[in-house]
Amino acid sequence: MRPLEDALAPIAAGLRPATLPRPTSLGSLFWAISGIALQGFGGVLAVVQRELVEKKQWLTTEEFVEDWAVSQIMPGPNVVNLALIIGDRYFGWRGALVALAGMLTFPLFVVMVLTIGLAGIGHLPAVQGALRGMGAVSAGLICGTGIRLVPALRSNAMGRLACALIAGLVFIAIALFKVPLAWTLLGIGLPAFFWALHRIRTLATAAQELA
Amino acid sequence: MTGFGYGNLLDLLGCFVTLSLLSVGGAITTVPEMHRYLVAQNSWLTDSQFSASIALAQAAPGPNVLFVAVLGWNVGMASGGGPDNGPLPWALASAAMAVSMVGIIIPSTTLTFFAARWGQRNRERDEVRAFKQSMAPVVIALLVATGWLLTASHGNPQQAPLLWLLTVASAVLVWKTRIHLLWLIGAGALAGVLGLV
Repeated sequence: MRPLEDALAPIAAGLRPATLPRPTSLGSLFWAISGIALQGFGGVLAVVQRELVEKKQWLTTEEFVEDWAVSQIMPGPNVVNLALIIGDRYFGWRGALVALAGMLTFPLFVVMVLTIGLAGIGHLPAVQGALRGMGAVSAGLICGTGIRLVPALRSNAMGRLACALIAGLVFIAIALFKVPLAWTLLGIGLPAFFWALHRIRTLATAAQELA
Repeated sequence: MTGFGYGNLLDLLGCFVTLSLLSVGGAITTVPEMHRYLVAQNSWLTDSQFSASIALAQAAPGPNVLFVAVLGWNVGMASGGGPDNGPLPWALASAAMAVSMVGIIIPSTTLTFFAARWGQRNRERDEVRAFKQSMAPVVIALLVATGWLLTASHGNPQQAPLLWLLTVASAVLVWKTRIHLLWLIGAGALAGVLGLV
C-alpha cells in the first residue's frame, strides 16, 4: 500500500468489497434472522455477531459496528433496529420488514407459550436459580462480544489513542458512575464526533495535497 | 382490583407509542415509566405480576423487548379474571398483547428505518462519516458496561463471587473461542439449578 492509500484507509473502510457474501433471497434472510433470534437467550447481539459477521460474513466487523452504532443511538430495541437496517441494506423495505418479522415471530410464540405454560412455577428456587445463572452468562456474552469488536477500531480515523480514551471514559461513566446514556453521549460522544470530523477533514486535505 | 377493558386499549397503545419514541438504549430503559403507568397509576398489574412478567421474558430466547408482550398479555388476563374464566380473558389478553407490541415496535422502527436510510444516502458526507467513526468506540464500551451492570445488579464481587466468575469466564470464552453460545447459556442454567451461583 502506498502512503496515500494508507491515509485514506479509514475513509475507504465504509466502502464494501463486491465479493463479500450476501443473503440470496428474502426467505434465506428470514430464516437466518429467525435462527439467530431463537438462539439469543438474554440478548441476541452476541449471536448476530457470531452468525452474520463470522460465519455467514454478510457484514464486515466495521460495517457491523457502524450499523450497531445507528441501532443504539435510535430509540427502540437495539437488535430489532439492527435487523431492520441489515434487511434494508440487502433488499430495501421488503428486507427490513422480513428481518423484523424474523426477529419477532418465533420468539414471540415461544415467550407466549412460556407465559401460559409456566405461569405457576416461576417462583420455584430451581427456576429462579436457572434464571440467575443464565443471566450471569448472558452478561458475559455481551462483554465478550464487545471485546471481540475492538479490532474494528484499528482503522478508525480518530486514531487508536483517542479510541481507547473515549471507550475508557464511556465505560467509567456508564458502569461505575451510572451516568444516564443521554448525558454520556452528550459529554463524551459529542466531543468525539468533532474530533473525528476534524481528523477526517485533515486526512482529506492531506490526500488532496499529495494528489 | 383491576379495571382494564377494551375501552382502555387506546390508552395502552398511547402509552407504549410514547415510550417507544423515548426508548434510546432499548425498551428496557423505559421499565420504570411502564411500572409507574401500569402498576402505580392504573393498578392493571400488581408489583409481583410486573416483575414476574419481565423475568420470564428475559429467560426466553429473542429480543428483550418481548417483555412488553408479556406485560400486555398479563394486563388483559388479570383484568379478564384469569385463564380459567372462559374465553373472554384470553381474547382481552390477546388484544392487549397485540396493542402493546404494535405500540412499542412500530414508532421506533419507522424512525430508525428512515434515519438509517438518510445516513446511507449521505454516507459520503464528512458529518455522517465522523458520526460513525466517533460512535464506534462508544458503542463497544457500552456493550462491556452493559454486561458489567447486569452482573453488578446481583451484588458486588465479594457478595456473589461465583456469579462474577461465571460472567468473566463466559466473557473470556466468547472473546477467545468459537464455542457455541447455547453451551454457555446451558452451563449457566445448570449452575443455577444446582445452587452454585
